[in-house]
Amino acid sequence: MAETIVLEAARYSPEHHLEPTFQNYEVPFRKDWVVLDALNYIKDKVDGSLTFRWSCRMGVCGSCGMMVNGEPQLTCATFLAPYAPGPVRVEPLRYFPVVRDLVVEITDFMVKLQKVKPWVIRKDEKPLSEGEFLQTPQELDTYKQFSMCINCMLCYAACPVYGLDPMFIGPAAIALAQRYNLDSRDQGSKQRFDILAQHEGIWGCTFVGECTKVCPKNVDPAGAIQQYKLTAAKEWFKSLLVPWGSR
Amino acid sequence: MRSNELNGTPRHTPYHPKWYRTRVSTYWWLHQWSYLKFVLRELSSIFVAFFVLITLLQIRALSQGPQAYAEFQNWLRKPLLITLNAVSFFFVLFHTLTWFNLAPRALVVRVRGRRVPDTLIAATNYIAWLAISGIVAWLLLGG
Repeated sequence: MAETIVLEAARYSPEHHLEPTFQNYEVPFRKDWVVLDALNYIKDKVDGSLTFRWSCRMGVCGSCGMMVNGEPQLTCATFLAPYAPGPVRVEPLRYFPVVRDLVVEITDFMVKLQKVKPWVIRKDEKPLSEGEFLQTPQELDTYKQFSMCINCMLCYAACPVYGLDPMFIGPAAIALAQRYNLDSRDQGSKQRFDILAQHEGIWGCTFVGECTKVCPKNVDPAGAIQQYKLTAAKEWFKSLLVPWGSR
Repeated sequence: MRSNELNGTPRHTPYHPKWYRTRVSTYWWLHQWSYLKFVLRELSSIFVAFFVLITLLQIRALSQGPQAYAEFQNWLRKPLLITLNAVSFFFVLFHTLTWFNLAPRALVVRVRGRRVPDTLIAATNYIAWLAISGIVAWLLLGG
């Protein structure tokens, strides 16, 4: 087995380059190294100018998402070994504007995330003295899968719909909206309906299904979107049959 | 110096730094097998529509009497139509299988608080398919 492996890292400096180029780095090949370890090795020992985001290095923070050999991956959870003998191509997350090297601009996602109001909305808050909102394990189970999202945006990098139509709210934001819609403590589904049930919302999705495949937390955003399509269609029928009823 | 580098010295501007945006290729669906599979699945609906059209034409020919129906059957025997029908059959099968397998993702059924397993939801579709096919076959062949 080779002792080193070549990493082809995308480099882009807005002051110097018109478009990204690739720079090859030879790094030690170790069985227990993930791609992020190799990037940190480069940063520490070879080239301090290589720029990338990372934080927890344990699949929780969702910062280190990059394209590894064309696939969206959390670099902290992607071992080098399966890519031997290399080279391993590391690029910034697809469909996002590149700020520098492997760092992408994520404001678009942040704005969309806020739009779907991913928090518990109550019509009337009950006083603290009445205690907490209780929930049965079964009620928790209805939304738990969607609550595992770590906002790593791999699903956006996998979604051709988002690539072709940047207005699309996107997999993670819709999955998180669904996480609160299905929460027994939440009463805000009507507020989210108008944002989700529009063309740029769920109806933009053509069920490619790649978002679910690349999700490192098994959130199944594609499922969340299709399930909400059913809900929205039911709501539409209801409003057709009972137009005077509040939606 | 690489050809796409502007020059060696940093170009500082008072404006916001330039982000690099990639354009999505027109052929994005050829870059990955899963994308191609998705596009084929979407295209399969054209062939489903073709089958519907053929069936409607067949019913029309049937209503116009035995001679019209015989002519219609002769028309169906053309090599072009046989090829088209064979391709359509493949796509309709692909359409059915892919959508049946995807159904559990959209359909969450809970029985006594527990989610019905995906395989069971998909199986219900397949069983209904087999049952309806059986009834149709019985009507055509035995009934």
